[in-house]
Amino acid sequence: MEYTDKVCEYFRNPKNMGRIENPDGVSTVGNPICGDVMKIYIKVRDDRIEDIKFETFGCGAAIATSSVVTELAKGKTLQEAEKISNREVVDFLGGLPPVKKHCSLLAEDGLKAAIKNYREKKGAK
Amino acid sequence: MVYMDYNATTPCDKRVVESMLPYFSENFANASSVYQPARAARKAVEEAREKVASLAGCLPEEIFFTSGGTESDNWAIVGAALKLEARGKHIITSRVEHHAVINTCKALARKGYRITYLPVDSHGVVDLSKLEASIKKDTVLVSVMYANNEIGTIQPVGKIAELARSRGVLFHTDAVQAFGKLPLRLDKNGPDMASFSAHKLYGPKGVGALYIRKGVSIPPFIKGGGQEKGRRSGTTNVAGIVGFGRAAEIVAAEMDADIERVGNLRDILEKRIMETIPEIVVNGHPENRLHNTLNVCIRYIEGESILMSLDFEGICASSGSACTSGSLEPSHVLLAIGLPHEVAHGSLRLSLGRYNTMEDVEKVSSVLPGIVDRLRQISPFWNEKKTG
Ligand SMILES: Cc1ncc(COP(=O)(O)O)c(C=O)c1O
Ligand code: FES
Repeated sequence: MEYTDKVCEYFRNPKNMGRIENPDGVSTVGNPICGDVMKIYIKVRDDRIEDIKFETFGCGAAIATSSVVTELAKGKTLQEAEKISNREVVDFLGGLPPVKKHCSLLAEDGLKAAIKNYREKKGAK
Repeated sequence: MVYMDYNATTPCDKRVVESMLPYFSENFANASSVYQPARAARKAVEEAREKVASLAGCLPEEIFFTSGGTESDNWAIVGAALKLEARGKHIITSRVEHHAVINTCKALARKGYRITYLPVDSHGVVDLSKLEASIKKDTVLVSVMYANNEIGTIQPVGKIAELARSRGVLFHTDAVQAFGKLPLRLDKNGPDMASFSAHKLYGPKGVGALYIRKGVSIPPFIKGGGQEKGRRSGTTNVAGIVGFGRAAEIVAAEMDADIERVGNLRDILEKRIMETIPEIVVNGHPENRLHNTLNVCIRYIEGESILMSLDFEGICASSGSACTSGSLEPSHVLLAIGLPHEVAHGSLRLSLGRYNTMEDVEKVSSVLPGIVDRLRQISPFWNEKKTG
């Protein structure tokens, strides 16, 4: 398994980990392939992601990509954040081993699902 | 660095390296040639055979050198299948075998063989009554490992041998992990064939042996110039075999002390880890387990992230987590003992050996709780559990 230095660095010092109490949006996405689970919490203000946190039960790549996706999303408008792709996350980390590509999909899906959850909640209000 | 992955491989003992050196550039002769240096090489190979046989408790002429455990497993299984093809096409093995055995059986299944994978109990021990019930008229071979590489469970090899013999079925055992860790006595009451590998007992990689009991014969797997009495061809790996012999000799002399010392270190490590980390289970048989192996599942976290964290601390270990497997399936051994997917996810194997010290145990037991804590802080399941 060859991880880039960047993956190791982000695994070692992930940003935005933990929970947000009373989040505006939350998602839980699971990986049918290996059984990993990622949870993303967002706080939204004026259509911008003001705060974002994650919890991940998964491998080194899953933890690193969780951290990266939260960092990329923080401060962005929802429209901008929705465009963040797993490609972008992988490139940011200088690549992932082929067998680990699916872990980055979890990050993209988790963010999108949290935004969707926010919109649903808001729509329901 | 703290190395606790001795079941994966061991460092080559310096005394072993020393014994091998003369057979690279000084005496490089092909052991099959007629001249003096070749005779010296042959003599060295035969001495090594005696040393390996002595550790295995068998006769030197029952030892056939191979390129390692994988080849020995392939040879034993394919050889038995081919030899007894006319009699039947049924092979019995277990759900906890090494891939060298499992994938060889799978290959035979594609050729029309019927394979029975015996279930194991929660400690990883094969079910003897199921074995007995599985032996049918067309059964030609039983292949059950001596000791498991992941969880260390030791199988009732004597009883399996007795059963197989009483039903006229050949019995092969993958003794790669047992050889050098358990005192073996391979005689007429034991298995018909047994696989060994040098690199698990402080010898070089790429050399091993297949024990074939006197009176049993299987066709060659590697065909060629007829080395090893025509049963395993290929220019003799003199240096490797000499190293294997020296490694076996050292193990034979030091085994009792080693079992005691390493076993004690493992027990202390186990005790400390179990005391300091909540929600953790030990895998494998409580008593009938290799003295050096500690396999645990740490709930709510994932194995690869544990390994990476340990690696940052200079600690080498391994895991049966799906995320480390390449196939993204958790270890078949952990699934076979009945662990759910998500528990197998948090597996960590620490396997100790000759060069581990009390300081190593202290280092691992002092850093592991912090690592587990940190990963649990990030884990949605741990947090859910805590908040209910
Ligand atoms: C139980 C078992 N069988 C077979 C093997 C394969 O041996 P080798 O690495 O010599 O091919 C190993 C080690 O990887 C093992 O642990
Ligand atoms: S999360 Fe399992 S392989 Fe990455």
